[in-house]
Amino acid sequence: MHEVGALSPTGFLIASAIKVIGVFTVVMISVAYMTLAERKISAWIQDRIGPNRVGPFGLLQPIADGIKNILKEETLPKQASRFFFILAPMMAIIPALVAFAVIPIASPLPTPWGLVDMVVADVPIGILLVLALSSLGVYGVVMAGWASNNKYAFLGGLRASAQLISYEVALGLSLIPVFMLAGNVTLTRMVWVQQQELGLWFAIPLGLSFFLFVISAFAETNRLPFDMAEAEAELVTGFHTEYSGMKFSMFFIAEYAHVLTSSALMATLFLGGWDIPFTTWDDMVVVAPGVVEGSEPSVLKTLLTLGAFATKTAFFVGLFMWVRWTLPRFRYDQIMDLGWKVLFEVALAYIILMGGSILVLDALGLEFGFVYGLALTAVNLVATAIFLFVLDRDRVIRGAAQRRRPVRTARPAIERALAVDAAAGIATEAESELVTASAE
Amino acid sequence: MAIKVKTVRRPRGTPSYMRATLKGMALTFRHLVNPKKVPLQYPDEKPELSPRWRGTHRMEVHADGRPKCVACGLCPTICPANCIRLVPGEDDQGNRYPVVYEIDEFRCIFCGMCQEVCPVEAIHLGQDYENAEYTRERFVYDLDRLMAQDHPVTVLWDPSDPLSQ
Repeated sequence: MHEVGALSPTGFLIASAIKVIGVFTVVMISVAYMTLAERKISAWIQDRIGPNRVGPFGLLQPIADGIKNILKEETLPKQASRFFFILAPMMAIIPALVAFAVIPIASPLPTPWGLVDMVVADVPIGILLVLALSSLGVYGVVMAGWASNNKYAFLGGLRASAQLISYEVALGLSLIPVFMLAGNVTLTRMVWVQQQELGLWFAIPLGLSFFLFVISAFAETNRLPFDMAEAEAELVTGFHTEYSGMKFSMFFIAEYAHVLTSSALMATLFLGGWDIPFTTWDDMVVVAPGVVEGSEPSVLKTLLTLGAFATKTAFFVGLFMWVRWTLPRFRYDQIMDLGWKVLFEVALAYIILMGGSILVLDALGLEFGFVYGLALTAVNLVATAIFLFVLDRDRVIRGAAQRRRPVRTARPAIERALAVDAAAGIATEAESELVTASAE
Repeated sequence: MAIKVKTVRRPRGTPSYMRATLKGMALTFRHLVNPKKVPLQYPDEKPELSPRWRGTHRMEVHADGRPKCVACGLCPTICPANCIRLVPGEDDQGNRYPVVYEIDEFRCIFCGMCQEVCPVEAIHLGQDYENAEYTRERFVYDLDRLMAQDHPVTVLWDPSDPLSQ
């Protein structure tokens, strides 16, 4: 226990304002540079160089893009529903940005005025708020598709809503084992459980949850291989076909902000948040205003843990981009199959399995800690192996080619035809030849 | 004659998703880290042209600045695209020279026959590709322009050395 001293109410307000502005700025700048990173990574994957004309290594490209988008003409289609057309980009961007507020970004920072928690809002419902906000994000897409009054945009919005609702289920269910293990939904507490109480990042004892969450998060962000809402080849650009200039840009900012938030969330939920691996000197949690359990908070620790958190988030952002430029888009029915026939059931079964395991471990009187985590890891490994074995080799989702009935061989068909002809008393020369051939 | 039947082996069963995905990820990762990139940074780096590259024309000139062309009329005759306009003239000493010599580079198909047929090696195609202009009229190159071009000329294919070694 370390008493650092709580902030005064005024201090709390000032600190919160600084955190809000700081996090917002960092998120927006990260989003801008993620567009550059996306273009660079796509270029490298395709053996190209990528943007390198504006500034050194193209580092000023996002600024140039921003200026271009602001200066571009804003079009408002005559047939569009004006109010919702303008509202849609805002509806897309705000939930994506707000969700970042509950994610703890570093260990608590001691200041002369008291202890500053490095999370914009440490709300007790933490992750539930994120889930609620991420489902709000779909409204922007649906609204944009509907308000554009355009066939392609409408189809894009429709597909997006179906897809997001389907994957929302798997996303929520895949988190329930995490809640059960953490015994909490507050993200700061979850980080503490991972770094100290369990001593294992949740990705290890709950690997299958992690896998399901990553897939669902890919679907939630509307990116390839799940970019049904855009589907450039089929729907022009889907829901934002009619948008131009800064409104179009806002959809993009929303998408990247979503990617960033999802990445930060994955890092927090499954990779220990701001925890630095293999060390315990950074483990701490705020138990009451100004009171820290665990090690002594310091500025250095805050900076280092912030670096750890940024690294983990960047890893997931990179994974998002890497996957996007590797995998082709799923077909619509395959997406629905994956969501409802695979992820949903597997998540439910995994909840039962992990809940059962936790019950058994508790009944055996095993203390909650590292060994407890290892026992769960063993169960999880078996479950993951079975899951991968079943999911693999087209056992559940299959392509159109495998759906067709097997093609009958020609020989029985010819024989049947000949039998019909023979019954009718017709026999041509060719047929008699075939008959002899088949007799041989 | 019996028909030869070739049996093609098809993979049995269905392919693996997981392995295919991982394989794809590995492939893209190899390309991601591969430092060898394809594009040429064009305005900064220029492509190396083959010596036999056939680009826009160039007229060779004598040391005193007169065109080497003797207005024999072979190039407009052989030109399959009919893009050369030649009006011959003759000076006091009886030397023939081109009064008008124009090549419409839009019509030209860059076959190189004018260069092949030229008896005095006056007209040449050149190793050049930066031909952009603002108007169509600018693509009709007159004699002064042809003489002013300074890019290297095309090397003709030599039948005795077919691989240009």
